[in-house]
Amino acid sequence: MKTLLLALLVAPLAVHAAATGYKLDRAPIQSNDLLSLQAGARTFVNYCLNCHGAQYMRYNRLTDLGLTEEQIKDNLMFAADKVGDTMKVSMSVKDGKAWFGVPPPDLSVIARSRGADWLYTYMRTFYRDPKTATGWNNTVFPNAAMPHVLWTLQGERRLEILPHADNAGRVTVEYKWTQLSEGAQSTVEYDRTVRDLVNFLVYVGEPSASSRERIGVVVLFVLGLLFVFAYAMKREFWKDVKH
Amino acid sequence: MASRLMALWEWFDSRMPSVAIETRKHLTEYYAPKNFNFWYYFGSLAILVLVIQIVSGIFLTMNYKPDATLAFGSVEYIMRDVPGGWLIRYIHSTGSSAFFIVVYLHMFRGLLYGSHRAPRELVWIFGVLIYLTLMGEAFFGYLLPWGQMSYWGAQVIVNLFATIPFIGPDIALWIRGDYVVSDATLNRFFAFHVIALPLVLLGLIVAHILALHDVGSNNPDGIEIKKKKDADGKPLDGIPFHPYYTVKDIVGAVVFLAVFCVILFFMPEMGGYFLEHNNFIPADPLKTPEHIAPVWYFTPYYSILRAVPPLFNSQFPGVLAMGLSVMILFFLPWLDRSPVKSIRYRGRYFKTALWIFVATFVLLGYLGVKPTTVWGQFGFDAFFMDTKEIATWVARVGTVLYFLFFILMPWYTAHDEVKPVPDRVTS
Repeated sequence: MKTLLLALLVAPLAVHAAATGYKLDRAPIQSNDLLSLQAGARTFVNYCLNCHGAQYMRYNRLTDLGLTEEQIKDNLMFAADKVGDTMKVSMSVKDGKAWFGVPPPDLSVIARSRGADWLYTYMRTFYRDPKTATGWNNTVFPNAAMPHVLWTLQGERRLEILPHADNAGRVTVEYKWTQLSEGAQSTVEYDRTVRDLVNFLVYVGEPSASSRERIGVVVLFVLGLLFVFAYAMKREFWKDVKH
Repeated sequence: MASRLMALWEWFDSRMPSVAIETRKHLTEYYAPKNFNFWYYFGSLAILVLVIQIVSGIFLTMNYKPDATLAFGSVEYIMRDVPGGWLIRYIHSTGSSAFFIVVYLHMFRGLLYGSHRAPRELVWIFGVLIYLTLMGEAFFGYLLPWGQMSYWGAQVIVNLFATIPFIGPDIALWIRGDYVVSDATLNRFFAFHVIALPLVLLGLIVAHILALHDVGSNNPDGIEIKKKKDADGKPLDGIPFHPYYTVKDIVGAVVFLAVFCVILFFMPEMGGYFLEHNNFIPADPLKTPEHIAPVWYFTPYYSILRAVPPLFNSQFPGVLAMGLSVMILFFLPWLDRSPVKSIRYRGRYFKTALWIFVATFVLLGYLGVKPTTVWGQFGFDAFFMDTKEIATWVARVGTVLYFLFFILMPWYTAHDEVKPVPDRVTS
């Protein structure tokens, strides 16, 4: 018990030791870009949904993205029967554990815990590493259990980490990428694919976000109006208070 | 029609006159000083937030499942499938942080104008009890979403009790109802959060307001308006709470709600401070997060906890310091020996002490959300210590300053150069 407590109390000390220091790229996502969201949904069901679920997200909710239920059924539903089903994973937890060491996490709210920038950088910084079980490694998530699922799109890359020491003795690290084999997409196309996927994951993290902001504008307008009346009433009543 | 309504009222009033009597006593004939300023909004705002929390909480309870296997999913169910569920959830999550902001400002007002001083010691003591209960309420509620921060935050806090010599481990076991935070813990925390503590809170708030209305409100000048009355026995500087302060507080409420709604609708996570990023990962008893930080409103105390070094391999001194840092508030009315109440007439000793205290509290709060190595990456070697330790040492200085504000108070308030206090309130 005492050791556990001690471990918990010093746990915050360990934070920066675990961070890799790789600077995250800003994800150029746009929540109102329906085409991007649809493209992201397609990438998600084709590449992610085999291992990861989004078990709190229903297929028919994707009508938010400007799709009809028919379109959803025909193009996006490979792992479910009914359009009202949630995006459950086709792989069992047991298999996941056996194949990857850890069951692949559910992605419903992954964008809310990791953040869009992390996901955007993560999906773009896989490299070949013969030392790992999958043959892949990642810069923002070293020794990730996940292989590079989109490698056919991005191609294979190698990473060299070159430390430089400046005059003050400060060590900076240079990341040198080399393309080993071409993928089906160019770098620009691949970045866009990942952008769309991350855009979709951010949407899945909080499907009500856009209506939240829309309603917010109306609510603030009403409160503004209410303020005018409330303030006028206060002034009227306080006329007879002598200072 | 009007006469019929009148008749109905008379029928009611003759059977239950206390409604009219209490309304007069607490609203229409409760005389409040006419010079309340900005700082006096936060009492009524605290009641508003309480109502917001109770109402949104009731609706959340209708859909939430206090079960370790279902809790996390039920929150997402509320966020996605319950009509308007996201709104209710964000109202409640934003409301909890808003409650602490409002209460901290309300307490600061007390310090500014000496509202804790005689004859209002009981008002202050009930207030500190409300603050303590609120901390418990927030702590129990934070476990319910069953995310990683919920889980490990509860684990850390309950383990604090385990550091108490001899009886500690048994107390921790008794609180959790299990050897680790588990389904049993979730169920009892749910009971505490939705019924036990709200009841205590309501009772204490009634006591706080009754105690206040018995002695009358303080004001920015810190003088007693009851000392100067007119021929009818009404305070010359008082005005009836209703309608004057009800209409004024409505303006304050609207402004508050506007700020509240900006956060609620446009930044409900508040950059990870109101809803922590790690709490979107389901609780995993086998995986300790790298960085466990309580929600922002507890972080000053968390800093104090971390700042105190362990003794004989026990964290108990830190736990004790943290407990004392809250408990010491109870003694404030008797630590303050100044002949005046309001900061307007106090001297520079108190003013300096108060501002140092406020800065310290904010600094400790900041350090509490950060890992202790926060300032350790500047890359220079201080001549006497490891740079990784800088933040810890700053927190230690902060902890000492926090306690010195109270410990030295009898001295610096008694020796302060005070200004003459006017007979009547100024504007």
